[in-house]
Amino acid sequence: MTEIQMTVNGKAVRGTVEGRTLLVNFLREDLRLTGTHVGCDTSQCGACTVHVNGVSVKACTMLAADADGADVRTIEGMAAADGTLSALQQAFQDHHGLQCGFCTPGMVMTAAALLKENPKPTEAEVRHYLEGNICRCTGYHNIVKAILAASGQDVSAIAAE
Amino acid sequence: MPKDSGIGASSKRREDVRFLTGAGNYTDDINVHGQAYVHFLRSDVAHGRIVSIDTSDAAAMPGVVRIFTGDDFAGVGGLPCGWQVTDRFGQPMQEPAHPVLAQGKVRHVGDPIAAVVADSPEQARDAAEAIAVEIEELPAVVDMKAALSADAPKVHDDLTSNLCYDWGFVEENKDAVAAAFEKAAHVTTLELVNQRLVANPMEPRVAVGDYSRATDESTLYTTSQNPHVIRLLMGAFVLGIPEHKLRVVAPDVGGGFGTKIFHYAEEAFCTFAARQLARAVKWTSSRSEAFMSDAHGRDHVTKIELALDADNNFTALRTETYANMGAYLSTFAPSVPTWLHGTLMAGNYKTPLIYVNVKAVFTNTVPVDAYRGAGRPEATYQLERVIDKAARELGVDPIALRRQNFITQFPYATPVAVEYDTGDYHATMDKLEEIADLAGFEARLAESKARGKLRGLGVNCYIEACGIAPSNLVGQLGARAGLYESATVRVNATGSISVMTGSHSHGQGHETAFPQVVADMLGIDESMVEIVHGDTARTPMGMGTYGSRSLAVGGSAMVKATNKIIAKAKKIAAHLLEASEADIELKDGQFSVAGTDKSVAWGDVTLAAYVPHNYPLEDMEPGLEETAFYDPSNFTYPSGAYACEVEVDPDTGRVTVERFAAADDFGNIVNPMIVSGQVHGGLAQGIGQALLEGAAYDENGQLLTGSYMDYAMPRASDLPFYTVDHSCSTPCTHNPLGVKGCGEAGAIGSPPAVVNAVVDALRRQGHDITHIDMPLSPSRVWAAMQGE
Repeated sequence: MTEIQMTVNGKAVRGTVEGRTLLVNFLREDLRLTGTHVGCDTSQCGACTVHVNGVSVKACTMLAADADGADVRTIEGMAAADGTLSALQQAFQDHHGLQCGFCTPGMVMTAAALLKENPKPTEAEVRHYLEGNICRCTGYHNIVKAILAASGQDVSAIAAE
Repeated sequence: MPKDSGIGASSKRREDVRFLTGAGNYTDDINVHGQAYVHFLRSDVAHGRIVSIDTSDAAAMPGVVRIFTGDDFAGVGGLPCGWQVTDRFGQPMQEPAHPVLAQGKVRHVGDPIAAVVADSPEQARDAAEAIAVEIEELPAVVDMKAALSADAPKVHDDLTSNLCYDWGFVEENKDAVAAAFEKAAHVTTLELVNQRLVANPMEPRVAVGDYSRATDESTLYTTSQNPHVIRLLMGAFVLGIPEHKLRVVAPDVGGGFGTKIFHYAEEAFCTFAARQLARAVKWTSSRSEAFMSDAHGRDHVTKIELALDADNNFTALRTETYANMGAYLSTFAPSVPTWLHGTLMAGNYKTPLIYVNVKAVFTNTVPVDAYRGAGRPEATYQLERVIDKAARELGVDPIALRRQNFITQFPYATPVAVEYDTGDYHATMDKLEEIADLAGFEARLAESKARGKLRGLGVNCYIEACGIAPSNLVGQLGARAGLYESATVRVNATGSISVMTGSHSHGQGHETAFPQVVADMLGIDESMVEIVHGDTARTPMGMGTYGSRSLAVGGSAMVKATNKIIAKAKKIAAHLLEASEADIELKDGQFSVAGTDKSVAWGDVTLAAYVPHNYPLEDMEPGLEETAFYDPSNFTYPSGAYACEVEVDPDTGRVTVERFAAADDFGNIVNPMIVSGQVHGGLAQGIGQALLEGAAYDENGQLLTGSYMDYAMPRASDLPFYTVDHSCSTPCTHNPLGVKGCGEAGAIGSPPAVVNAVVDALRRQGHDITHIDMPLSPSRVWAAMQGE
């Protein structure tokens, strides 16, 4: 067992984990931050995407012990303290960018990383950046639209509804 | 002018806030104090006799609580099948036993052999690896036609063959159809495969069984589209637990697409083990496990023939389909290739004579059952592909050929037992031609050509049947369940409302759309109405969500119950206003006396119902809560026309979808934003089937596509923005909302459009190609271009 400590959503946390414990399990089971989801076991689906030291990471491919000392952000840390949704989260609601909600935390975390790197992405750039995030409900239409809208671009011409 | 609330408004989804902040409550987020974890040891061979299972080493491993095998379930019922099909000779289908854990034989890769319950998931998994299982491997049957040969190995030793049933529909028409083919001026024949798919909701299945010794009550938390159905099947047929001692909860569910309708072994196991151990037991499927334990979809092999007269009128249609059941009958598997498929073979066309033959076959593969569309995509694909082929053979425009044969008079009784109440197929085709800008195709073709790309256009129609019903009819057809829906509208004292529905939302937005209906009827704010679903302890018996039924059936039950509320509330208002009940009007949440300025507010009436000081107690009970059950008199029949434009790279065979347009008639619409979203998702699944997806087995029954490394899920970069329109509306005539259902349309209507478009692109380049089987992967398209 290994003692670890890290900052999660601005709060210092510590824990004791097995060497094989994945970051996603530490977040979900030890910290009870269940917004980060597990949708596959081959690092394909992206439902577990979080930010580690400002970089988007699939939390199912990182050992909790490797995140020792890191600054981690999860979906639970994306809204303001008073509950106000971030512009990106709000765009997902405004443009119906989610249905069952299971892939949504990973989509939001990946999209946030994209907009940090590339504040005004093209449609093609958004679609390419989402390569590691699978959604089965939305057909991606409204996810891509929401991300473009969150970047401040006019999406009214893209497609009705 | 778009409405900003009530029926017809694109109200933003209230459930989004919890999903966007990580506050959803999915089954895997639920932990019960002191719970143990189960890991299933699954067969790694497709077919074999279990010689021995030695659990002694595993049982001694750290943390192991108990190890279960098939013997532990000897006194327990098997998983039931919910639909019995009668074959064309009047005999019931062959129905094999489906044990919770394998007994004697394993019949597909993934069949559970043993279950290890331990203190942690890791301990359970480690111990499962230490179980020594000896299996005498038997030859496997994978190919359906081979499975029907006389010397094929039998999946079930106690059945006479691997044939589940040989179904004819309508059997009495068989000779008349044959005679029509004799007289036909032209016959078009097409053989095609509707490949096996895996539904792949993003949330893998999870089950948590809990048991209270204090009350002798079992609770199952599970990823289900229909908790009441699971309670009935598992309680009555598998474990023998009466309903009042069994609660099934399906909280937030991360997508279903059909595969979470069914009652699965893991649910029964966790409930059973929790009772045995007096300790909660949790199972969380991995994605790899999901591929070999979630019911698969489609998997039909079909020959379809279309007869036409000299004027290009369709005169008869005949199909022969082999439908894969897999190794066991999943809950509703037998109904999919029969009543959900044969009844749709008329499509949008007035073909007078139709005969459908379906042979359902057992193989050593994962069971196959309903997946988004369930039988209707298979019907649509055959029909719309054979019509396209006929148009090419006859040298006529495929749209014109369709239009010529459209049904135009409603109601219309098809020769395959169903009656369409409404539709306007020319209107949706007109709308499609507009929104898809078909007039601009030639210019886009030239532009693609200038870039060295082949471009093709594919158009097709579809019809769907939603809200399968009525219950007495489906009972005659073999259903072992009713297909009504329920709602309880509980008005609280201060006027807020809880609506308990038997339908279940797992992405469809019921928590937003259903309140729009109730609030609209009462003239109150949507935020005053809350939807309760997904818990048998809190909702009336209801059949759940599948087959695009929730609004048409569940919504109708809600309307019925709300009308009862209005009737009673008017009586209370009449008493408060000292007026005649007949003079009371309800508008904008106010009850008023017609022709006067006397009124009471909604909240005054609801308070009077629960604080009945000034109340006609001698005539009426206090309280304001009503329940209704609604059993539809018919299916609903959404329809539409779809157009796809593709580009094909002539050097690689890679297909890209450049444009996709969908013109649908869903009848009346409650929330247009949600409806568009449903279409988008369906289109992605249909385009995914056409171009990317497919579950593959090798000849030994090994699943080759066992993870997202091998099974091509559609990604954002595989898909375009879609153009969708649902302004064409012929409201349903037999439900109170005039709604039809929109959940499956996209998945039903889109595969033929894509394939038609690719064939069109290749033919324009001079390739003599009439068909390529899905998925149209680069290698298949390239091979077709090489004449292979």
